[in-house]
Amino acid sequence: MRYLTARKRAEGKGAAHTGTEHHWSMQVSAVGLALIVPTFLYIFGKALGSDYATVTETFSHPIPAIVTALVLVFGLKHFNRGFEMMAQDYLRGSQLKAAIMFMTAFTYGLAATGLFALAKLAL
Amino acid sequence: MVQFSLPKNSRMTVGKTWPKPEGAKNVRKFQIYRWSPDDGKNPRIDTYFVDMDNCGPMVLDALIKIKNEIDPTLTFRRSCREGICGSCAMNIDGRNTLACIYGMDEIKGDVKIYPLPHMPVVKDLVPDLTHFYAQHASIMPWLETKTNRPAKEWKQSIEDRKKLDGLYECVMCASCSTSCPSYWWNSDKYLGPAALLHAYRWIIDSRDEATGERLDALEDPFKLYRCHTIMNCAKTCPKGLNPAEAISHIKKMMVERVV
Repeated sequence: MRYLTARKRAEGKGAAHTGTEHHWSMQVSAVGLALIVPTFLYIFGKALGSDYATVTETFSHPIPAIVTALVLVFGLKHFNRGFEMMAQDYLRGSQLKAAIMFMTAFTYGLAATGLFALAKLAL
Repeated sequence: MVQFSLPKNSRMTVGKTWPKPEGAKNVRKFQIYRWSPDDGKNPRIDTYFVDMDNCGPMVLDALIKIKNEIDPTLTFRRSCREGICGSCAMNIDGRNTLACIYGMDEIKGDVKIYPLPHMPVVKDLVPDLTHFYAQHASIMPWLETKTNRPAKEWKQSIEDRKKLDGLYECVMCASCSTSCPSYWWNSDKYLGPAALLHAYRWIIDSRDEATGERLDALEDPFKLYRCHTIMNCAKTCPKGLNPAEAISHIKKMMVERVV
């Protein structure tokens, strides 16, 4: 039991003066992904089930390779930032910090792995 | 923080069933949440039967009739009985609203009445709104000016005055904030729809000279950005206001400051 006034509890530690950059980047990446994900799905769907030579041929062209790279980088960045927002809703303290660290490492690792695989196919 | 189940001392039990009024032909069943801090018991749901032929049309009329004629210990807030004071906000038939302007003809079956969700209960249908009011106070709900006071009055054009419509009508009943899952989970940090609607009311007031400071105070991942546009606030508001829209305007103004 702490003897704090209601106003003191409501004010808390004050405003962090951050959040708009996160909000805006989510809006931008959502619009960007809405445009490039259908293109990526078309390219990926067309290559799906083909033999190795056809797949490497597809991803050696600049547009499919660039679109795939963009989806990997911005899709996973968007996912990570979305997860951060969700984790802030449901977790607190060290659990929140650990979840954000884990998911950041996981998504960056996944993006790097995807880019490496794409480079192997494309180059 | 999120809680998916009620704490043990908040779990409801079956309460007392009060006798039906003698000779009444048009009887309606009311199931009402009861809890007293004095007896150390868990909350219970009491059942009452009200003679609708001798009762007003609103839920508050039935509550007053129950208190006057059946059970004087039933506790609830009420004052204006016309949707202006916001005192009688409660959860009726699964919806947060004002008992005084919610007609019983809008409810099918039994009338189930609970206090506003996810708030500490003082007694029965009375929630503790101390934190809610403190959050409202924290957004500085008054005109902030830096220019010397004019000789006569702070002038405002008709167009600028119209911008306050749909905002100033809020009666601070807390129906919106207590219907918001983000407010349930993070009410210690998130200001909630009501306080943010009031914040926007002062931000866009053409006479107010603290727009920047007001936006600065809201720029926070929790105070403002816990709103995920769930829209429960707009759906439940008994005055038909749209706090979610006001919050989206604040977010837009925040973005306009940086982009």
